[in-house]
Amino acid sequence: MAEEIKLIKVTIDNITVDVPMGTSILQAARMIGGDVAPPAMCFYSKLKGSGGKCRTCLVEVSKGSNADPRPMPKLVASCRTNVMEGMEVKNITSERVTDARNGVVEFLLLNHPLDCPVCDQAGECHLQDLSYEHGKEGTRYEFKRRTFEKHDLGPYIQLHMTRCILCYRCVFVADQVTNKRVHGVLSRGDHSEIATHIEKALDNDFIGNVIDVCPVGALTDKTFRFKNRVWFTKPVDAHRDCPTCKGKVTLWQRGDEVLRVTGRKDQWGEVEDWICNTCRFEKKHINDWVIEGPTKISRHSVISQGHYLGMKKPTETFRAVHGGRDPKLLMDIHSISEVNRPGIDLSAIPGPATSDVFNAEKKK
Amino acid sequence: MGRKLLLDKAHIEGIRHFDVYRKNGGYSAVEKALKEMTPDAVTEEVKKSGLRGRGGAGFPAGMKWSFLAKPEGVPRYLVCNADESEPGTFKDRYLMEFLPHLLIEGLIVSSYALGSHRTYIYIRGEYAWIVDILEQAIEEARANNFLGNNILGTGFNCEIFVQRGAGAYICGEETALLESLEGKRGNPRIKPPFPAVKGLYDCPTVVNNVETLAAVVPIINFGGEEYAKIGVGKSTGTKLISACGNINKPGVYEIDMTISVEEFIYSDEYCGGIANGKKLKACIPGGSSVPILPANLLLKTAKGETRIMNYESLSDGGFATGSMMGSGGFIVLDEDQCVVRHTLTLARFYRHESCGQCSPCREGTGWMEKILHNLEYGKGKMSDIDLLWDIQRKIEGNTICPLGDAAAWPVAAAIRHFRDEFEWHVNNPVESQQRNYGLAHYADALEITV
Repeated sequence: MAEEIKLIKVTIDNITVDVPMGTSILQAARMIGGDVAPPAMCFYSKLKGSGGKCRTCLVEVSKGSNADPRPMPKLVASCRTNVMEGMEVKNITSERVTDARNGVVEFLLLNHPLDCPVCDQAGECHLQDLSYEHGKEGTRYEFKRRTFEKHDLGPYIQLHMTRCILCYRCVFVADQVTNKRVHGVLSRGDHSEIATHIEKALDNDFIGNVIDVCPVGALTDKTFRFKNRVWFTKPVDAHRDCPTCKGKVTLWQRGDEVLRVTGRKDQWGEVEDWICNTCRFEKKHINDWVIEGPTKISRHSVISQGHYLGMKKPTETFRAVHGGRDPKLLMDIHSISEVNRPGIDLSAIPGPATSDVFNAEKKK
Repeated sequence: MGRKLLLDKAHIEGIRHFDVYRKNGGYSAVEKALKEMTPDAVTEEVKKSGLRGRGGAGFPAGMKWSFLAKPEGVPRYLVCNADESEPGTFKDRYLMEFLPHLLIEGLIVSSYALGSHRTYIYIRGEYAWIVDILEQAIEEARANNFLGNNILGTGFNCEIFVQRGAGAYICGEETALLESLEGKRGNPRIKPPFPAVKGLYDCPTVVNNVETLAAVVPIINFGGEEYAKIGVGKSTGTKLISACGNINKPGVYEIDMTISVEEFIYSDEYCGGIANGKKLKACIPGGSSVPILPANLLLKTAKGETRIMNYESLSDGGFATGSMMGSGGFIVLDEDQCVVRHTLTLARFYRHESCGQCSPCREGTGWMEKILHNLEYGKGKMSDIDLLWDIQRKIEGNTICPLGDAAAWPVAAAIRHFRDEFEWHVNNPVESQQRNYGLAHYADALEITV
């Protein structure tokens, strides 16, 4: 007999949900889903001890529990606070929360270079999504953004320290997934940086997973560097018989060419299984893999725009992929971007997608 | 003159050594506690005394001790927080330097009360010479069977270890201190769980300030009720105040929390008035993290009552018109000091000492420093003042540890009370480089009838 798990009631934004004891507020909110789930930049449910650092998931606890109904005086990090019986939480219904979150997004973007046009993460970047939903149009920061000395992390992983938001996820991955951590956080305060002590290459069978967990473009795949934009590539579920990992991956293809291999990510952007370096970096040929079919991307991101021939397209694209929500900002990237036109079927283009294709369309 | 409980023997020559300390009645608290009292009775005495944590937050020490989880078969630890790095606070240094045995005695008694057999002193790395003093004191105590196995034949074992920090202010935060003590990067932990449940090496731990632990000695010697009679209300006992700044007699003073701020600054027994016959402009009453107060709000509260040097009176009026007792770093600013420059200095300190773990503190402290730098050097805009206010508002309360609050409060208080001086800096960029704004309406309250 399985031990009976005690369910407790928690109310988040006036929606009541039954969750098992010991669930964090964030996980409970994710069970409700949609707008209620607070954004999380540093929390990763598969990494023990992660969370609490980025402060984007702050929520207001208006009632502690049935036993102690006092509200919590400060906003709490929902990823590291467990629910109590009868707890009442305010997320988007609290002005304090939206105000604080606004501030946190501004802080996170303060020294971020905003080099999205040349960043490989663009399109699947959590910071982009976050600032799009919770940020402001401009910054009030008038100073030079900080820069770092470059560190070489070996032939597979590219580090852009300027983009890093210090979520510590990659540190936890190295601690918990690989058998030896050689990188960590050096220095203190706003000069903290992810680096290895005295230039070492990150060399471990599973270290490639730091790329998957990185919420921004600080750690990217060197074998995919500047190859293509993620929204031009088509995600395909595939697997292979791998002796080190489960071998269940997502291939990012253009035509028959495999440009990139990543773990399969769920709707919160977390990988389902860790994959090994061989699968990620070495197996870049279509014949290495058994194709299962197109990946269904349930995340709200521009990559979920994947265009397939014969696919039924939603009428209101953004809203459909966004879980019924409208964008928070008035700007729609499709209306201003020259290249990212939904009108063009990428799969129908022979060869790589270049600006000529789009310009030709325009000239017509 | 107030009664001295901690520094009463500080003037005796050679008190640093065991023999002299013992001859002057030292270690009587250990004998009394270990031979005549149960651990719970010691905790009860401390509870009765109403002793409040002297590290800054002022949390009742007896309450903290009673929160300590006591599961079977798990060791418990007592950690002494001697990482005194707050600008303006140097009371623990004085205590450890001149009366190391008082701290050791307090640690033995407290360890007995909490059941800690391995007790650590985490000392600030810059106090290198005090480490030697403490280790010598520990050696002497061990040689006389006050430490080690079977202390005084009572069967209680206790060892004290001194661990040096490596120069980080953040390691004075209790969970960061524990991380550092474990040999990790000194990042504050996310609470809960609190150290009383999961502290050092995941075991129940109590972290107390040096002065708090030293105060346990007079509490055991005289009894908790006797100790509680000193002071007013919930501010019981005596408090060490490290006074510095533009005063005639900077130094460490032991006060019994009934004297007024005015007496403390102007009486010859304590600070001896403002140096060079200048006037009082402002004061930070409890270490750099607490809000600054202009003279007119320092000596009298907003209600017109005389402000007393204790926890309640100093925080009277909240942050709008009050401040905090904090760690007792009493910094006095005279009329020649520029508040904008002073705030910049503090902002630079907090920017430098932020651990970089959570985003509001990591990014916000640097941003505030840059804006204050502009304001101080005549490049500021009027909107910068409002921006500063908005930044500090978004840091405060949204960080993992209190360092974010500590960085935000001085900036907030400076703008709240000295906004005209900030505006003067913006309007007179050249003049503000050459001369000070002066006193304006927050001038010496002694001459202004409130």
